[in-house]
Amino acid sequence: MSENAAAERNIDTSKMQVSDELAIQINGMNKWYGSFHVLRDINMSVYAGERIVICGPSGSGKSTLIRCINRLEEHQAGQIIVDGTELTGDLKNIDKVRSEVGMVFQHFNLFPHLTILENCTLAPIWVRKIPKREAEETAMHFLEKVKIPEQANKYPGQLSGGQQQRVAIARSLCMKPRIMLFDEPTSALDPEMIKEVLDTMISLAEEGMTMLCVTHEMGFAQAVANRVIFMDQGQIVEQNEPKEFFNNPQSDRTKLFLSQILGH
Amino acid sequence: MSDTQPISYVRDTMLGQQEPPATQRGVVKWLRENLFSNWLNSILTLAALVAIYLILTSVGPWLLNSIWDAESLRECRDILDGTPGACFAVITDRWHQLLFGFYPPEHYWRPVLALVLLLIALAPILFAELPRKMLYFSAVFPFIGYHLLWGGSVWFPISVFLGFVAGYIAFRALAKVSALVSVIGAVAATLVWWFFIAGPFDAAMYSVAPIGLEFVRSESFGGFLISLVIGVTGISLSLPLGILLALGRQSDMLFVKTVCVVFIEFIRGVPLITLLFTASLLLNYFLPPGTNFDLILRVIIMVTLFAAAYMAEVIRGGLAALPKGQYEAADALGLDYWKAQRLIIMPQALKISIPGIVNTFISLFKDTTLVVFIGLLDPLGLSNAIRADTAWTGIYWELFIFIGALFFIFCFSMSRYSMYLERKLKTDHR
Ligand SMILES: Nc1ncnc2c1ncn2[C@@H]1O[C@H](COP(=O)(O)OP(=O)(O)OP(=O)(O)O)[C@@H](O)[C@H]1O
Ligand SMILES: [Mg+2]
Repeated sequence: MSENAAAERNIDTSKMQVSDELAIQINGMNKWYGSFHVLRDINMSVYAGERIVICGPSGSGKSTLIRCINRLEEHQAGQIIVDGTELTGDLKNIDKVRSEVGMVFQHFNLFPHLTILENCTLAPIWVRKIPKREAEETAMHFLEKVKIPEQANKYPGQLSGGQQQRVAIARSLCMKPRIMLFDEPTSALDPEMIKEVLDTMISLAEEGMTMLCVTHEMGFAQAVANRVIFMDQGQIVEQNEPKEFFNNPQSDRTKLFLSQILGH
Repeated sequence: MSDTQPISYVRDTMLGQQEPPATQRGVVKWLRENLFSNWLNSILTLAALVAIYLILTSVGPWLLNSIWDAESLRECRDILDGTPGACFAVITDRWHQLLFGFYPPEHYWRPVLALVLLLIALAPILFAELPRKMLYFSAVFPFIGYHLLWGGSVWFPISVFLGFVAGYIAFRALAKVSALVSVIGAVAATLVWWFFIAGPFDAAMYSVAPIGLEFVRSESFGGFLISLVIGVTGISLSLPLGILLALGRQSDMLFVKTVCVVFIEFIRGVPLITLLFTASLLLNYFLPPGTNFDLILRVIIMVTLFAAAYMAEVIRGGLAALPKGQYEAADALGLDYWKAQRLIIMPQALKISIPGIVNTFISLFKDTTLVVFIGLLDPLGLSNAIRADTAWTGIYWELFIFIGALFFIFCFSMSRYSMYLERKLKTDHR
């Protein structure tokens, strides 16, 4: 993260510490959709406490990459190890990884037939087997954290986009995940709602959560990320700390991409 | 704005509340808006009034002159003496047959009690506000209902029920091993109990304690009793079976998928009446000689399979309407396949499919009248039987009106209930 950008936004960086414990390790990972080679030889290590922003042009495989990390998509070659568990066809491992890794989607994907509170308590009750009362307390705690406790008994359809996305974040947090994945969490939102969601994400970062965010919010990247990864054509083209990445990009593709998204 | 007009204005007298103009309120407004809003609407309104008048003047006297008390159609005609009039005396004379068939009259209380208990058992399923503990009664009702209707040894339904208990115990015992093993174990335990233990258990218990209501043969069942037995059993079995078939059809496992697709397409491609004939005639060839396989049971199986195939397609439509994101969110939270289906996917898919599901229920219920073709005496079959009696030869309308009205009550309540449910489950606030 760049100190200035963080200071400008009043971000408390004291707990944002990267440990030397590996959270995610990806070795020589490849993925195909049919004969289309979407992800090519991906290698990356994510340490606990890192805040990584992944960016790149549309279709470059960003979503596919983070969806592979919790096995919403299957990879065909290479290794993905999450929190010490390797993702293979073994369903036990997959469930274990999924309950450790939270995911926030572009279109929120809240469950429309359940209230906000039920959305948040469902997985803790059924996956973690936590008693209902306790799950509700946890859920209220996280709903307060994303600043919408008063909506607990409404249905998702009654909330604004930004509120829904904050509920989606709270829902993931209720599983007490060690890693959070965000796939363009703000790109379906109006500008004034983007801020409320980004603020929620920033406060998560301040608590030292390990985060991987696919996003085009470069302000967020500069202020919060400790590493920016640029992808193109299914490959990691460049990665660096934000200051270097934005001020001094090395690859021509990165330069072109940055000029396009920062240009206007 | 012109300079001559003063800009400042102060109201000196306040106006009271006033009625809207005469044409804009009450009956007049309603008539204008709903019946005479434009000339086409006005013409249609007048045409409808004429039609209603004609129907009332032709059917009205016939209904008003109804005879409710007579021994035969001839007697009715004598009383009416040429004036048009219905002869509902046939209903007064034969209602018990239309309702119960040839069920022994001294045991009429049994089907009636079964119906009352059925309503109690259905209540907690239909209305979520009722205490959930009532569902325990719903779970044992099928066994109580069976014993009330057919009677025989009370130990028979109990031993069948114990088969489920055995399955449940096996499920709980093996649950720690793995989900799949526990399901297989549960099915195996249930089947072992039914095929090897249930018979001897029933016989042994009956010889020790011969309790039970008097046995009533399936052949005595008839009328609405038979429609309800087939309809209610078919409806309650076809929904779960349809859900499983719909899921199977979407499965990644080639074998499961093929079996489901072949089953659904085969059943949908064959008329119900063919299946019923198969049930009544052909099964006798395939079953080992001497097996006494109850005809009503066979019909229930066929009707259930038939409705389940349609149900599966209706539910598949609901599943297809769900966005992929719902599956992904469930997966991402770590819910396994069955939990995701039960908690996330099915509640939404079923909600979308309510109109189609109820449609299938209603048509299943009406299709129960087809059993007349294989010799079961459903209400229509009985109306033929009643006409065969010289006292009532030639009477049609009155019987059909009565039968139609009863069917209408059941089907219309199902339809109303489904609308209530749709409204209640509406949470998307579109
Ligand atoms: N299920 C699928 N089947 C086949 N091809 C797919 C599938 N999902 C994605 N793709 C292709 O894979 C490529 C990478 O897709 P991906 O969604 O990962 O891109 P992205 O970087 O997230 O793009 P965006 O910024 O538009 O979200 C795209 O070319 C896309 O067309
Ligand atoms: Mg994407």
